Amino acid sequence: MAGLELLSDEGYRVDGRRAGELRKVRARMGVFAQADGSAYLEQGNTKALAVVYGPHEMRGSRSKALHDRALVNCQYSMATFSTGERKRRPHGDRKSSEMTLHLKQTFEAAILTQLYPRSQIDIYVQILQADGGNYCACVNAATLATIDAGIPMRDYVCACSAGFIEDTPLADLNYVEEAAGGPQVALALLPKSDQIALLEMNSRLHEDHLEQVMEAASKACKDMYAVLDQVVRDHVHEVTTLLGE
Amino acid sequence: MASVVLSEAEKVYVVHGIQEDLRVDGRGCEDYRCIEVETDVVSNTSGSARVKLGHTDILVGVKAEMGTPKLENPNEGYLEFFVDCSANATPEFEGRGGEELATEIVNTLYRIFSSESTIDVKSLCINPREHCWVLYVDVLLLECGGNLFDAISIAVKAALFNTRIPKVRVLEDEEGSKEIELSDDPYDCIRLNVDNVPCIITLSKIGCRHVVDATLQEEACSLASLLLSVTSRGTFTCMKKLGNGSLDPESIFEMMETGKRVGKTLHASLQKILDKEESLGTTRQKVGFLG
Repeated sequence: MAGLELLSDEGYRVDGRRAGELRKVRARMGVFAQADGSAYLEQGNTKALAVVYGPHEMRGSRSKALHDRALVNCQYSMATFSTGERKRRPHGDRKSSEMTLHLKQTFEAAILTQLYPRSQIDIYVQILQADGGNYCACVNAATLATIDAGIPMRDYVCACSAGFIEDTPLADLNYVEEAAGGPQVALALLPKSDQIALLEMNSRLHEDHLEQVMEAASKACKDMYAVLDQVVRDHVHEVTTLLGE
Repeated sequence: MASVVLSEAEKVYVVHGIQEDLRVDGRGCEDYRCIEVETDVVSNTSGSARVKLGHTDILVGVKAEMGTPKLENPNEGYLEFFVDCSANATPEFEGRGGEELATEIVNTLYRIFSSESTIDVKSLCINPREHCWVLYVDVLLLECGGNLFDAISIAVKAALFNTRIPKVRVLEDEEGSKEIELSDDPYDCIRLNVDNVPCIITLSKIGCRHVVDATLQEEACSLASLLLSVTSRGTFTCMKKLGNGSLDPESIFEMMETGKRVGKTLHASLQKILDKEESLGTTRQKVGFLG
């Protein structure tokens, strides 16, 4: 395909979406019975599975325990068959380590860690299929898993990516749009208070356009919040119905 | 491996129950838990399958890539196994914690598939000595609820059944250099014959009886288990004893008989499900983890 147009003249993207439109999000909480909290989230073709264990006593070195708050321990891992080209190591490489740190930073901002001093909360995220927006799908899945585990948070953490093509900000980039090499912004937001938990930008973007792109990412995060909130409410409704009056 | 801590009273309860052919969840000694199998769950792969056996959850993805044949078998393709014990299953598997279990599982899989009759590897050859298909079978352990080996072998068999390898043609130039051409039709592919692929049956010895499909609690009560790899015709391709305890030869022969019986039934049920999924074709509703 010569000259793959990321944004056609009529305003349609490669997969037929409009510039500010999110991909189809489907999610389910309580996927695994043995974990404290678990969730599965599909954002378009990107599939992420998040599992939360905790809060529990510190495993491993007690010296790392924080005397006044809980330690949030994350691991980001991609299945070897998740990408187009087979990935040799599921985790432990630089990209995964970086994502792990980002997840840790994001959730330390949202979870009320002061309520559990000297304990540990483990958040493990697994990508089953990678089609762009891996970090964002992980954060959204981990939010649902943390809610499923009953760990108190300040607010939902909703994440979405945004790009900038031909003077138009695009929301929720897929793999083709990410691989094209244009500027990308990944934003993790606490929607009610508009607080930013994580902001990351790649490639080159003129500062005049930054505000537009951040606006687009913010709006996309708020749309994601509406979807996630509905998922949680449906899940609670289902569980309480099963438990009886 | 993920394990539970049981008190002595609980262990006695489990052992006494099994002596009466009644397990904690009401099953008999030769009954499996409800097994859910679904293929074609991940679209980036050539074939995939998800198996849910009680609380054990396995996801297998098969990717077919072109490579050079091994020197000792120039006319054949080959299979490469990889197991990832995800931290999702238990926090002990974080970082490199799951590597020991993963290595054990990979070695067992290699031993089972080492027999020539399991998969027709000659059909994977494109150009002798130059090009062949390499099937990378990647197993992802999502949840550990006991009886890992059985679930993994069922998932591997289902994933191999689901694998679609694109058809390629070899074109020869005037100078003699070969070019490989991929067929244009995405549905034009070769399928593997999995009739001879074995399934693992793990029999755990608890008290003086043996049980099939042990849960985590039952595994904690058993001293020794026998791992048998059974094909659909009832032949064994591999046998291995696991655990710290010892088994006497009579028990081993009894377990082998049970394994043969159970194995044949398991293969028949699995084939029925796979054929049913196949017959539904594109009209099948894919559930995956959302169901």
